[in-house]
Amino acid sequence: MNEMDNKWIGKNTIRPDGADKVTGRAEYGADTIMPGMIWGKVLRSPYPHATIKSINTKKAEELDGVFSVATSSDCVDFPVDTPVILGIQDIRWMARNVLAKEKVLFHGHPIAAVAAMTEEIAEKACELIEVDYDVHPWAIEIDDAIKPDAPILHDFIKFDGKPSNIAGTLEHKKGNIEEGFKDADIIIEKEFETAAVHQGYLETHACLVSVSPDDRTTIWSSSQGQFMVRAMTSFITGIPQSSIRAIPAEIGGGFGGKTIVYLEPVATILSKKSGRPVKMVMTREEVMRASGPTSGSKSKVKIGAKNNGKITAAQGTFYLQAGAFPGAPIRGAAGCCLAPYDIPNAHTFGYDVVSNRSKVAAYRAPGAPIGAYAVECVLDEVAEALNMCPLEFRLKNAAKEGTKAVHGPTYPVMGYVETLEACLSHPHYKAPLKKLQGRGYASGFWFNAGGESSAQVNITEDGNVVVTTGHPDIGGSRASIANITAELLGIDVNRVSVLIGDTATIGFSNLTGGSRVLFASALVVTESTNQVIDILKDRASKIWNIDKEAIEWENGEARPAGDNAGKFKPLTLVELAEQATPTGGPIGAGHQVNTVGAEGGFATHICDVEVDIELGIARVIRYTAAQDVGKAIHPAYVEGQLQGGVVQGIGWALNEEYIYNKDGKLDNPGFLDYRIPVCSDLPMIDTILVEVPNPQHPQGVRGVGEVPIVPPLSAIANAIYDAIGTRFYSLPMSPPKVLEKISD
Amino acid sequence: MSDVKFISPDTLEQAVDVYSKSSKEGKTKILAGGTDLLVQIRSGISQPDTIIDIKNIKELKEISNDNGSYTIGAAVAGAVLEEEKNFGNNWPGVLEALRLIGSEQIQGRASLGGNLCNASPAGDSVPALIASGATVKVHGPEGERDMPIESFHSGPGKTNLKNGEIVVNFQFPKKQKNSGDAYLRMIPRTEMDIAVVGCAVNVTIENDKCVDARVALGAVAPKALLVEDASKALIGSNFEKEAVEKAALACEAACNPIDDKRGTISYRKKVSKVLFKRALEKAIERAKKG
Ligand SMILES: Cc1cc2nc3c(=O)[nH]c(=O)nc-3n(C[C@H](O)[C@H](O)[C@H](O)COP(=O)(O)OP(=O)(O)OC[C@H]3O[C@@H](n4cnc5c(N)ncnc54)[C@H](O)[C@@H]3O)c2cc1C
Repeated sequence: MNEMDNKWIGKNTIRPDGADKVTGRAEYGADTIMPGMIWGKVLRSPYPHATIKSINTKKAEELDGVFSVATSSDCVDFPVDTPVILGIQDIRWMARNVLAKEKVLFHGHPIAAVAAMTEEIAEKACELIEVDYDVHPWAIEIDDAIKPDAPILHDFIKFDGKPSNIAGTLEHKKGNIEEGFKDADIIIEKEFETAAVHQGYLETHACLVSVSPDDRTTIWSSSQGQFMVRAMTSFITGIPQSSIRAIPAEIGGGFGGKTIVYLEPVATILSKKSGRPVKMVMTREEVMRASGPTSGSKSKVKIGAKNNGKITAAQGTFYLQAGAFPGAPIRGAAGCCLAPYDIPNAHTFGYDVVSNRSKVAAYRAPGAPIGAYAVECVLDEVAEALNMCPLEFRLKNAAKEGTKAVHGPTYPVMGYVETLEACLSHPHYKAPLKKLQGRGYASGFWFNAGGESSAQVNITEDGNVVVTTGHPDIGGSRASIANITAELLGIDVNRVSVLIGDTATIGFSNLTGGSRVLFASALVVTESTNQVIDILKDRASKIWNIDKEAIEWENGEARPAGDNAGKFKPLTLVELAEQATPTGGPIGAGHQVNTVGAEGGFATHICDVEVDIELGIARVIRYTAAQDVGKAIHPAYVEGQLQGGVVQGIGWALNEEYIYNKDGKLDNPGFLDYRIPVCSDLPMIDTILVEVPNPQHPQGVRGVGEVPIVPPLSAIANAIYDAIGTRFYSLPMSPPKVLEKISD
Repeated sequence: MSDVKFISPDTLEQAVDVYSKSSKEGKTKILAGGTDLLVQIRSGISQPDTIIDIKNIKELKEISNDNGSYTIGAAVAGAVLEEEKNFGNNWPGVLEALRLIGSEQIQGRASLGGNLCNASPAGDSVPALIASGATVKVHGPEGERDMPIESFHSGPGKTNLKNGEIVVNFQFPKKQKNSGDAYLRMIPRTEMDIAVVGCAVNVTIENDKCVDARVALGAVAPKALLVEDASKALIGSNFEKEAVEKAALACEAACNPIDDKRGTISYRKKVSKVLFKRALEKAIERAKKG
């Protein structure tokens, strides 16, 4: 398809969910109600670490207005030493995270749940549940969890043959690291720390579940995957997937945090036991205490380079908090951190560390910002030592098509160099800075992903189009799918409706995560639409009584391919739809496949800060994000993704952190003391959309949602150094920390 | 929550009558804007059985100006006071402190009385009220009395109000010629945040000399403080470096903060000096304009 001729791809069409959202009609997780509905509430652990000796729910059950009580004894039993893998999750952990079994492993860990007439009664009943605990010492920070005499969370997890809180490791190797460092003229090694940060979605977790007497279960909830909700609920409750229908609501933010379940299996058990529909809505405090943040970390990075600016070796060790159960995103840290560079000798190593914190959940490019933070800060120091411009230094070492990445693959066509060049030629690069202002640079990478996707494209009787896909739309996929479908069919985009199906109305589609949705669903929608076009040609061939091969589809109508084919007046989509019944029946096609061919994305960011050195406040005053976006199907949405990622990175860098008190409890479980940026904290964030299409995708899509959160942490740290000459090795760079360090 | 009795009396007497007959300590609550109270009820910190809305009581909603002396009703919302143009010319520091509270939505409700009675050590308007020299009029079962703002609080969340007493209004002294006040706070974000340190300064200048000064700090001690040593250091000076430094050190010395998630002791101490100097500069600038 010639790019210049695109009518809809690359256009900022009106978003299909816009009117509903601005008028308050959109239904989010907490908006569904049913006759006879009752309310569920969760009893949570008051201790960070304890063995559950017994749970007595009798008094709660006897309270007036209580319908049912659930504990882990109502869940399917998954033995603790046998993995049950579902995607990147292990159901043994998921079940125990949803309702604690042998032990409570963090303050706020769910132990039991009650369904009652009102939320107040359910809450009161929770207080009546008697739990007998054997309280243990706990470990919150990585150092406390990995020291020799640390309290052990899971006895059967062994490291070096001994019970340990190190639940796993991951390693990438290339070349010979010792030789590489020997070749270096300069070597810099530094240690870094980052705090656990929450995704900060505005919509708290919520669901409504109705289980009929025959176990047929309907779940309304907001998540990043209705099929994930169905599967996890099925595993944990034992109800077969065929009996569960999960209906996705509009989602008020997820950023990875809604790729697992917290409430749905619990509400299912409560509904099954009570015979009533059960609704559950978390408070913000519950979200902060018990839903996934992403890992806090400790890392060490060493980089060596020649005086000519060529990197000879790089080494990184990353310890990431997993929270209560194994599964820290070490792959993102150890796998992405060196991906932008062509480095002959490299070694990265990640440790998955459990401790008495809430279980981490995915957060935008999980682990990658942590790895990039350490690497990109050290690169800044190396560039400074070599007296090179940080961007030129990166350009000199940039990975290109054909480079063998440290994490394994040999790159196909990719646009990292283009992001560097775009920054070098952007006015921001040369803009003057005032006193106490500084500029920092950093790059980043994310894998992106393919995976299972299903679509159905139906032509309505009046000749319009309904497209159904199976991935919750959290970043604009409906608008982009509408653009693509309208382009392929050659019709006005307003004639295309895009819907997200539920688990009963569309084929299996993997969850919305890994920046995969548009890549994958565009593939199946394209295939489905092409099949529809084929059917339309077939119908025209019947009407004209000529060969289907002699018909072409253009501009929304079937036409004879040439003069040889005969002279017929073109048949529009509307005309063909009108004649659908006599020519063969309904017109529609679906496609389902495990999509392959996803390619990674790269970004380079420029950040300006100004530091108030008397108060220790660093403010971001200008920001430019350049990213290889493959092809921007809906540019405004792509820009929004880049800007959103940067904003979350700014929060992570400057103020956000999980703060634990001496009792092992989270001390800031709300938006007053857990500080995500507010609008007035932010400058306008400029974006440069570099388009190097993915050759393995019909529209060139790469995936754009995660890369933009990778560079900001280090871009900001590097900018602060440029402004005041002090390097920070620990996030967040909050005012007290900054002032303390600069007044030393 | 469903069993809460809600009343909305028209007179102070009625309100005081119900308030003084509260079943138990804390069970009857006064509601002004509700921007503190409703949050506390929803989070379970406060569980009242009776709520008295005071927004229908005339005295509490009144703004009057008696020959340059302002009286501001305790329940007047920030956005309403903003519209009283001349108040802001007289007491820009008090107004800016009140206007810092929350967002535009919160400003439609939040009052000086609520901010004072909530008794958070970090309440933004309190240091500015102290620096202004305003007094507060309270009405209770035993009648009326006036209190200086600086002696209103007894600790975090605690006031010296007696059983059944309601704050009626704030009485501001007549603004002196060539005086000016200012309030600044340190927050990690730019808005929607809670003061880590707040500082208000009110100075009067005659022939380049400081003839009167009041300095107050918030969020650095169990309650907002009037820093008398800072006033002493400034009065009689020409705001020369030594005097300002001495006053700043007095601020630092007055701090009796805690280490918490919002800031360390050493951070709060350092910042109190910085904010004092910046607020002083602003107050001087305003004083010089009249
Ligand atoms: C989103 C948000 C942001 C906020 N930001 C800030 C901020 O930046 N700075 C800040 O200082 N505060 C802030 N607050 C807190 C609050 O808005 C202020 O303290 C406000 O001034 C309270 O006024 P109100 O009229 O709403 O008080 P209410 O909530 O009505 O009352 C507060 C307390 O005082 C009592 N009370 C009220 N009036 C009287 C009276 N006349 N006599 C006796 N007792 C009385 C009430 O019983 C209650 O205990 C914020 C609150 C929210 C929700």
